[in-house]
Amino acid sequence: METFAALAHGMAVAVQPMNLLYALIGVFLGTAVGVLPGIGPALTVALLLPVTYKLDPGGSLIMFAGIYYGGMYGGSTTAILINTPGESASMATALEGNKMAKAGRGGPALATSAIGSFVAGTIATIGLAFLAPWLVDFAVRFGPEDYFALMCVAFITVSATFGDSPIRGLTSLFIGLTLGLVGIDKLTGQARLAFGIPELLDGVEVTTLAVGLFALGEALYVASRRHHTEERIEPVRGSLWMTREDWKRSWKPWLRGTMFGFPIGALPAGGAEIPTFLSYSTEKRLSKHPEEFGKGAIEGVAGPEAANNASAAGTLVPLLTLGLPTSATAAMMLAGFQQYGLNPGPLLFAERPDLVWGLIASLFIANVMLLVLNLPLVGLWVKLLAIPQPWLYAGILVFATMGTIAAKPSVVELSMLAGFGVLGFLMRRFDFPIAPVVVGLILGPIAESQLRRALAISLGDPMTLLQSPMSATLLGIALIALLAPFVMKGMGRFKANED
Amino acid sequence: MTDLPQGPASRRVDRAGVVIAAVLAALAVVLVWDSRQLATTTMYGMGPEVMPVVIAIGLGLLAIGNLVDALRGNLPARESADRKAVWLILGGLVLLIAIIGLGGGFIIATSALFVTTSAAFGRRALLADAAIALVLSTLIYLAFDRLLTLSLPTGPLERLL
Repeated sequence: METFAALAHGMAVAVQPMNLLYALIGVFLGTAVGVLPGIGPALTVALLLPVTYKLDPGGSLIMFAGIYYGGMYGGSTTAILINTPGESASMATALEGNKMAKAGRGGPALATSAIGSFVAGTIATIGLAFLAPWLVDFAVRFGPEDYFALMCVAFITVSATFGDSPIRGLTSLFIGLTLGLVGIDKLTGQARLAFGIPELLDGVEVTTLAVGLFALGEALYVASRRHHTEERIEPVRGSLWMTREDWKRSWKPWLRGTMFGFPIGALPAGGAEIPTFLSYSTEKRLSKHPEEFGKGAIEGVAGPEAANNASAAGTLVPLLTLGLPTSATAAMMLAGFQQYGLNPGPLLFAERPDLVWGLIASLFIANVMLLVLNLPLVGLWVKLLAIPQPWLYAGILVFATMGTIAAKPSVVELSMLAGFGVLGFLMRRFDFPIAPVVVGLILGPIAESQLRRALAISLGDPMTLLQSPMSATLLGIALIALLAPFVMKGMGRFKANED
Repeated sequence: MTDLPQGPASRRVDRAGVVIAAVLAALAVVLVWDSRQLATTTMYGMGPEVMPVVIAIGLGLLAIGNLVDALRGNLPARESADRKAVWLILGGLVLLIAIIGLGGGFIIATSALFVTTSAAFGRRALLADAAIALVLSTLIYLAFDRLLTLSLPTGPLERLL
């Protein structure tokens, strides 16, 4: 089996002491930052990107993967103990987990989410390892028009299909696409939207945008509505361990959550919200204790947490094989690759197998580390939550601006950071989704160059987009995905029904 | 435009929504204006001026969509915002940019941001926070500038270290 050999090679790369150390640093940082309320895995990677650009690419990609997985684990701790889901995918966990913590069952809630994440993460990483080579074989035959069509699908599904409002989602996407235009056009060398400012010729830095939108935007938003909410940390009382009954009620939701999470994450549709809510409603229907739901049912933590982690691993499938990020975090991971001049896709599998398979293998190791790190050390993470809010956000902003100051200490770059902070604040306030902006910025220029390449090959004939069966099918899917939410308004209400 | 029969309270025109629509429309105009200064040199396929126009059309349509939502009062409800807190943090960012721009160095600049942010979150002990901020940013400076060899901007304080 080809996959086994490749994975074995990857394992040999991943267990090198330096790489183990990178993985450990990654999961540790990821968990620590993920625990802090309001910081999700995307921001964690964004904050650490500028700090790592001098490290060796293999090692720091392993570290990013550790941060990604660690951020997911850390986020669930916050959701359970203070009921502030850092991202919408943790909403179900916060719903049931926080009730469990209030009832003195915080320990088992944390345990079932950690073990469930481990089970889901491991199964999903196996899925990734087997699905990736198959998809790569498929993707080598893709022409530029097929890539362009695929990106159209991703644009639409990320922004329009599954959000509350397709108009606001698409608005976010187009803001991102506009930002992606800034700078020198790679094919003709002409400057677009630079307005004569030399710093703008290089384009908008992904990390500047992400840190501005996520860190500054979040801090401004939380500060603006501080008087509305009061956060209370639930102390972890009683036993940390799960009882036999807890295990019995948890293992099936873990597996079912994985089954929802991985395939949906692996589709170029993005978002962990759908699988977590599907898992939550399924567990509610199948449970022998439906009356406990809404009051702290362990199945309601086990299933969605597994789904969340499995879909995180799932989004790595399109990211690694096609270079297609379908979530904000995946977009940040792509930025991590690009910072070393690496472009994920079939070519990377052929040219740098050590790097790709080392990364996949290290995901297994990161999962084991996280399980070990999370269960006994939960007390340490809880202490992080006790940092007073003023210092916490002040510290976050210092770190957030440090990244930009280190990368480009110019007044223009810092002003852009502040501007994106204001944009992030306003978007939160007026309920525009953030992820499509980041995806638009990072994917927009790639989509444009694929389209222009396709049209150059066809000597300017736009029909080339419809003559390739692959591209025609994908464009059809994109069109359906765009029209669906307008046709059946019910899809937008999907989320509201679950609350 | 002809209004549909409208429900009570929530169906009022949302002024902020109208502003958002106007900003999107303005952005579309800027895109088209900017694309006109590009030379069209490409022989086959599309040149660099096509994509901005395509995106501008999208933005224009979205401006209309947002305007319709705003006129119908379809925007999600908003809570009142604490403007002072927002201005404090923005003031901190302006201070940070000014101090870096004038060569004041990393430590003083980030300390200023730390103190204003913590004040925005309700802290009133400014001197204590300033002390914490100076210690924290000095530690960060030493860790990242000296250990990880990132180059952070230096000012009077950094030269003393």
